[in-house]
Parts: sequence; C-alpha cells; structure tokens
Amino acid sequence: MKFSRILKTIFLVDFITGLFLAIKESFKAKKTLNYPFEKGKISPRFRGEHALRRYPNGEERCIACKLCEAVCPAQAITIESTEREDGSRKTTRYDIDMLKCIYCGLCEESCPVDAIVQGPNFEFSTETREELYYNKEKLLDNGDRWESVLAANIKADNPYR
Amino acid sequence: MFENLTILFNEVYKVLFLLIPLLTAVAMIVWLDRRVWAFVQKRRGPNVVGPFGLFQSLADALKYIFKEIIIPASANKIIFILAPIVTMTLALISWAVIPFSEEYVLANINVGILYLFAVSSLGVYGIIMGGWASNSKYPFLGAIRSAAQMVSYEVSIGVIIINVLLCVGSLNLTDIVMAQENLWFILPLLPMFVIFFISALAETNRPPFDLPEAEAELVAGYQTEYSGMMYAMFWLGEYANILLMCAMGSILFLGGWLPPIDIYPFTLIPPPLWLIFKILLLFILFSLVKAVVPRYRYDQLMKLGWKIFLPLSLLWVVITASYLYYFNLLPVN
Repeated sequence: MKFSRILKTIFLVDFITGLFLAIKESFKAKKTLNYPFEKGKISPRFRGEHALRRYPNGEERCIACKLCEAVCPAQAITIESTEREDGSRKTTRYDIDMLKCIYCGLCEESCPVDAIVQGPNFEFSTETREELYYNKEKLLDNGDRWESVLAANIKADNPYR
Repeated sequence: MFENLTILFNEVYKVLFLLIPLLTAVAMIVWLDRRVWAFVQKRRGPNVVGPFGLFQSLADALKYIFKEIIIPASANKIIFILAPIVTMTLALISWAVIPFSEEYVLANINVGILYLFAVSSLGVYGIIMGGWASNSKYPFLGAIRSAAQMVSYEVSIGVIIINVLLCVGSLNLTDIVMAQENLWFILPLLPMFVIFFISALAETNRPPFDLPEAEAELVAGYQTEYSGMMYAMFWLGEYANILLMCAMGSILFLGGWLPPIDIYPFTLIPPPLWLIFKILLLFILFSLVKAVVPRYRYDQLMKLGWKIFLPLSLLWVVITASYLYYFNLLPVN
C-alpha cells in the first residue's frame, strides 16, 4: 500500500468526503415526484384502464366483430352479440376480466372502429376482486368519462399508427 | 402504608416522565432516519401523514398493532415471545442512569457507566434468544453473526470508556459530564471518539455493519420469523439502543448537558435541551453514514474490530495513562 493511501485510510478522508458530498446532495432538488399530489406525464400510447367509446351522436362504436376477443392473449374479453331491429350488429355483453388482462394493448390495436381503447387512467385499484370484472356499462361509462382525453390521445398517436 | 405508596407513585411518575418522552422520541427518530436517508438519495421520504410526515411512525405502529402475530409451529414459543420483550426492556432500562442535567436524572448511581455497559452487553441476549427460538436457518445465522459482532465491538467500547474514566476518576455519569466543564473530551480524545462512533454503529447493528440483517444473504436476520407487534418491539428496542449510544457518545465526549461555551447566550438554553441537541446531532450522523457507506464484508468487520480498533484503543489507554501520570494530572479522589 502506498503511504498516501495509508494516511487516507487513517484519517478517513474518503469517508468524510463522502459524508460532505451526501450533505451537499441532500439539499438539491428532489428527483422524485410527490406522487398522489403530483403526477408524471403520460404518453398518448399509455395502456391503462379500458374504455368503450361512442360516436358523437351517442351510438356506441363497437360492432361486435369480436376481433379483440380473438386476439386477446389472456382471453380476458367475453363478447355476446345480437342483430338489432335496424339490422346492425351490436353487443349485448362486453366483459373484460381486468385481473386476467395483461395490458398488452392488442385489443385496442385490433379494433377497426376505435371502440375499445386503453385510457390514461392507472389508478383503479379496488378492495374486492369482483369490482375488477368490468361489464359493458362500466366500460361505456369509462368511455364517457375519459372521452376528451381518449380522442386527443388517438389524434396525437395517429401519425404513428 | 400510605407513605410507601406515595413513594412508589412518585417513582412511577418519574419513570413515566422519562419513558413516555423516550418512546415518542424513538418514534420521531425513526421518521428522522428515513427522512435523512431519503434526502441524501434525493427522494422525499415519508411526508404524507401529518405535517412533514411526522406521524408516519404512529401510522406504522397502528399497522403493526393490528397485524397478526405469527408464531412458527416449530418455534420455542416462550423464548420466541420473550426475545423482543427482553430486547426492548433492556434498551429502555439503560436510560435510567442518563443524566439530562445535574438534577434531572432518574438514578444517579455511582457506577452509572458500568451499569450502562453491563445492560448494553445484555442486549445480545434478546437477539440470540430470538434467533435461536425461531428454529429456522436465517434467524439462527443472523443471531450468531449479531452476537459475534456485538461481543467484538463491546471490547473496544469498553477500552475506550477506560480512556475517559482515566481522565475523570469516577464512574458516575454526572461526574463524567462535570469533568468536561473546561474541555470536552472530544478534543484530547478525538481518535477515541471516532473509534467509539464506529464501534457504536457496529454495536447497534447499523449500516455499514448491519450484517445480521443483510437482506441479500439472511432475509432479515434474527427478525425473519417475527411479525406484527413483536417485530415492532425489536425495532423500537433497536432504535432506543441507537439513541442510547448517541447519548453515551454525547455524555462521554461531547460534554453531556454542558453548553459549548459557558457564556451568556448559550446558558439561556436549558441543559436537557443541550443534551437532546447533541444526541440529535450524533443521530443525524448515524443516518448519514447509513446513506453513504456500503455494507462491510463479515471478515472485514471482524478484522476491523479485533486487529485495528482493539490494539488502537489499548495503545491510546497507555498513552493517556502515561500522559496523565507524567504531568501529574491523574484525578485523585
């Protein structure tokens, strides 16, 4: 060992330098967010809670093509459909088991009419498992609540689709 | 009859007057520790419960109280339950002799420092009992490590205390503080203070010497099988011990309740506050070390204790004794 090294060890030079560095750093700006009160920016492609969208006239977009049901790798989606009086095919049942869902975004990608989308909301924890079995009403309700953000996100992401 | 009861109640009040602030202080100190750690890492730390997150420990305590206590089937039930109680009790009873000022001291016994040293040595038992009674591998290994570590560093702490006692000539903690009226022992005995501080880190199983609880190797050491309030009691005991070590450091080296200079603006602050201030200062240093230094390897730890600190402190005893003898400064009662 070199002499200077021995001196450094005896007088704890490295340790004291580190200590002062720590004190200096602790007064600098924080790198973390104050989470529940302050949130980070989310990409328009963010794959959060699902939502079923409607057309501006209030008609639901979903045409019950069942592409999302077919593509879903976790088989979390269940769809049943009938023909309505006006001849259009609409869903009678659209369930997503949010516990099975792996948030891969394939349902959103496969949808030809942008009906099922994954919104920016990721804070939907519940106290029971049953609350996470989403049905059609819940999904449409989500769509109504987030519509402005969802539309803006789809528009922002449009050039890359 | 009534006289005896009055005396008893008086004593109980005195004990409560010490214990309740102490337990509150322990809870606050846990918050402070987490906060300092977070600040060094540029995080925010607990800041939601109460102003600045001050009541975080209270919330944690509530959580621990309502959690289920799980006792492993193969554990030795009696010793398993006894271990955290022993740890916490031993951590708390040592505070009886700590003098907060000339009059504020629960038990002003004339062998105070010996009592402190004896009780803090007993602290190993709680950990060994916990590790052994769990009847599981990680707690057992953690307890063995912890015992070896605490015993090793106790030796050098003992020798360091001898250094101070040579300068004082009394085992009474009040006398030790009063002997520092003109000069705090940190100045003539600075190397001893540094070694005391590092040994105190090892003694209380704090990082960088937290090998008994090294997560990567031993899950949580002797606490692995504990849950709920029993785990919280280990925790409280640990932090009470850390505070005690800080108090010991400030009494032995930083002049206890004495102000730095005995002149007007400093004498305004009451003596107990000075001691608390010094304890806090040392504790913040404890937490900073936790944030700065990586964990030691076990052989390095043992080498540091036995091959460096013990000879160094022994050598310093010889130097101090010779110096005092040569200049005829030995305190004679």
